[in-house]
Amino acid sequence: MVDLSINFAGIKSPNPFWLASAPPTNMGSMVERAFDAGWGGAVWKTLGEPIVNVSSRLASIDYGPMRMAGLNNIELITDRPLEVNLKEVYECKKKYPNNAVIVSLMVESKREAWHEIVKRTQDTGCDGLELNFGCPHGMSERGMGSAMGQVPEYTCMVTEWVKEVAQVPVIVKLTPNVTNIVPPAKAALRGGADAVSLINTINSIMGVDLDTMIPHPNVNGKAAHGGYCGPAVKPIALNMVSELARDPEFTIPISGIGGITTWRDATEFLLLGAGCVQVCTAVMHYGYRIVEDMIDGLSNYLDEKGFASVNEIIGKSVYRVTDWGNLDLNYKVVAHVNQENCIRCNLCYVACEDGAHQAFEFIESDGQRYPIVIEDECVGCNLCALVCPAPGAISMIRLDDGSHPESWRERTSLKNRQSD
Amino acid sequence: MDESYCTPLDLRQIEENFSELEPPLKPAEALHEANRCLYCYDAPCTRACPTHIDVPAFIKKIASGNLRGSARVIFEANPIGATCARVCPVEVLCEGACVENTLLNKPIEIGRLQRYATDFVLNSQQPLFSPGDPNGLTVGIIGSGPAGLSCAMYLARLGYEVTVYDKKPLAGGLDTYGMAEYKMSQSVSQTEVGQLARLGVKFVLNTVITGDAASPEDIREETHDNNQPGDHSDAIQMQAVAFSDLLEWHDAVFIAVGLGATKMLAVPGEDLYGVIDALGFIEKIKTRDWKNVPLGRRVAVIGAGNTAIDAATQAKRLGAERVIMVYRKTEKEIPAYDYEYKLARHDCIEFIWQAAPIGIISDDTGKKVAALRCEKTDGSLQIFEIPCDMVIKAVGQTKMLSFFESVAGVKTDENGRVIVNNLMQTSNPKIFAGGDCVNGGGEAVEAAQMGKMAAIGIHKTLTGETIKFAGADL
Repeated sequence: MVDLSINFAGIKSPNPFWLASAPPTNMGSMVERAFDAGWGGAVWKTLGEPIVNVSSRLASIDYGPMRMAGLNNIELITDRPLEVNLKEVYECKKKYPNNAVIVSLMVESKREAWHEIVKRTQDTGCDGLELNFGCPHGMSERGMGSAMGQVPEYTCMVTEWVKEVAQVPVIVKLTPNVTNIVPPAKAALRGGADAVSLINTINSIMGVDLDTMIPHPNVNGKAAHGGYCGPAVKPIALNMVSELARDPEFTIPISGIGGITTWRDATEFLLLGAGCVQVCTAVMHYGYRIVEDMIDGLSNYLDEKGFASVNEIIGKSVYRVTDWGNLDLNYKVVAHVNQENCIRCNLCYVACEDGAHQAFEFIESDGQRYPIVIEDECVGCNLCALVCPAPGAISMIRLDDGSHPESWRERTSLKNRQSD
Repeated sequence: MDESYCTPLDLRQIEENFSELEPPLKPAEALHEANRCLYCYDAPCTRACPTHIDVPAFIKKIASGNLRGSARVIFEANPIGATCARVCPVEVLCEGACVENTLLNKPIEIGRLQRYATDFVLNSQQPLFSPGDPNGLTVGIIGSGPAGLSCAMYLARLGYEVTVYDKKPLAGGLDTYGMAEYKMSQSVSQTEVGQLARLGVKFVLNTVITGDAASPEDIREETHDNNQPGDHSDAIQMQAVAFSDLLEWHDAVFIAVGLGATKMLAVPGEDLYGVIDALGFIEKIKTRDWKNVPLGRRVAVIGAGNTAIDAATQAKRLGAERVIMVYRKTEKEIPAYDYEYKLARHDCIEFIWQAAPIGIISDDTGKKVAALRCEKTDGSLQIFEIPCDMVIKAVGQTKMLSFFESVAGVKTDENGRVIVNNLMQTSNPKIFAGGDCVNGGGEAVEAAQMGKMAAIGIHKTLTGETIKFAGADL
């Protein structure tokens, strides 16, 4: 039996699957139902001065028949009174001593305001705090949320204030709406953060209704930018997590957030350095029940790979992420069509013809016309393999023997030495 | 036996006619279909399934690449999930309830997806389940069909010592001996039986359960229910075990014996050569020993239920020139499922409605079938004859009344079905019952559910503990 339990920055959790701070963690009754369903931990929807929300709040994009490939929200932090929330946190933690209960916080940028809310919150017995430096709409205009996360000096300063009085681990949640994720992350580290979580949502406008010409979501004829999340943002989140994980100076744990829908997504985050993952959109789409296959799928995967504990795979792929300049320029692959699996849709042909290097031609075989690769023209970009809908029809074949790897860095420094 | 009284087709043609009606899904198809499923909450397909398999869950696990988890979800609610994937009337169960019917007029192919997941795990070395820690209790199960196998699986996982008794040489009951060969072959059922053997379930085969004063005639009667053409040299060494011994050896007994022999027509000529019961005919086909399956050129089938259609379509596929089904009611009242009726029409089976057999006419030798004499039931009382050289009886099965009354000593209702309470317990608190012998004849999946409920009832009775298996209720 595989062990999925983790200790994330001092916070114990029976498995690495947490709910992110969002509508699914709006109140105690919901968090408790989630724990009953199997979630290891939950980050409470951000507490602070209760706000007023608008109606409507969410918009999405579909992709073909797939609903909600990306989701956008213009919802703010909690609209429920602080005392009510704190009481529920206290009761929830008492009822579920073995689950991780984290509370997300956001108040104005005053030391006293942060001190007060931190003290009141940790009195509930919660396992940790998450500082919301990432909300990209509504709160940021008031000098909170991503206004904190986008300026490393503020990130460091507020983290320090919190650490002056915090008696439980402090996680700083980062915004992706920055040019480079590393400075704010290191600022949080400098400020004393015990861990970071990322990504929060991405600035976005979802679309425009072509009949009314009103953008989505429509609030009495107007729209505002919102925070984008869901399956569509996963690659952005994966990159930012890996950037921190591979930085040798970044020494605190990372909680990965961004489009995690299945156990496979979660595992990818863990391999790239996340010590736990947080989920929101998939739960809003399908319900708390999705955690069952996350647990089951990850367990079966670890079993098949021969691992006894989830901790054995955390960060296991980080060393493989490098700078472009270090990639082997002599590594050569070319595409190859396996005729027995080809369905002759010709999508590879047109993709390469108009979008790559015109490396396909047609031949006659068994009275049928098949696309084949002109190897001399093929640069091994993968495009045909990516568009091909038939499993096993296109393979990328390696041509070099790997005996002379050479990166761009090496090649240019050699040139420099030669010219000296 | 007349050597030409069998299929005229060559092997290649027969194998083609009996190839799987529903071939397995290719991986690309399975992924595509699994992703098409909407993942409903409180899904109508799960409600429609008699064993309440969490269908959306197993389908989503196919989509997420967790095939082992998918198979586990299936087998936890239905120990014969691989069989059911092939033989369940999905059109009137899960697929019939699928919301995609409303949305797109195209339900998700739940049956084929279930086969995809179960095939994966049945072919793998790693068993899904392990036997429970022995709890010192033992249960005897009579009958190794769907109900018996299902009950055995749950009890073995709880730590019971389970022995399953069956009169046949192979376990599986109708899963092994009764399913149309183009739907599934015996190997699938044997793999499910093997899964149980790996859990420690003991199978005692070729064994009849009798009263205390059993005679050799009793044993022979059990094994050769009907007069069938074909050699009887397959008489195997049978053994008898007294029911009272079972009550002594085991802490509880589960009766899962199914139904009895096919009903007699009670018309003159019924004992002529060429008159065979549908189940006996199908059992012969299951051996795939084609030349030894008795087959006429012109076959009359009496009845129009699902079993009748199984027999008729298989007779046609074996190469009978004409197969004529005779049913006493009208086409609108046909008891078979729509999709089975469609298959019969596709196979060019002919139908005569509102006619009942009143006699079977012999040929010049006086020994073999030459025609079926019928009388119209539409009020005209018109009499006519159907020339034929084989008559297959598919008019339903009797109940095993003498077994219930004289051997087991349990009460039955006026229809000959064993009476059970909500713990599946009979009039004798140590004896439980389930499957066709309780519901009068239903689907394999319904029997599987009863086996599950019986395991719950047995465990509650013997230990006081209420256990909830997957799909025990909604």
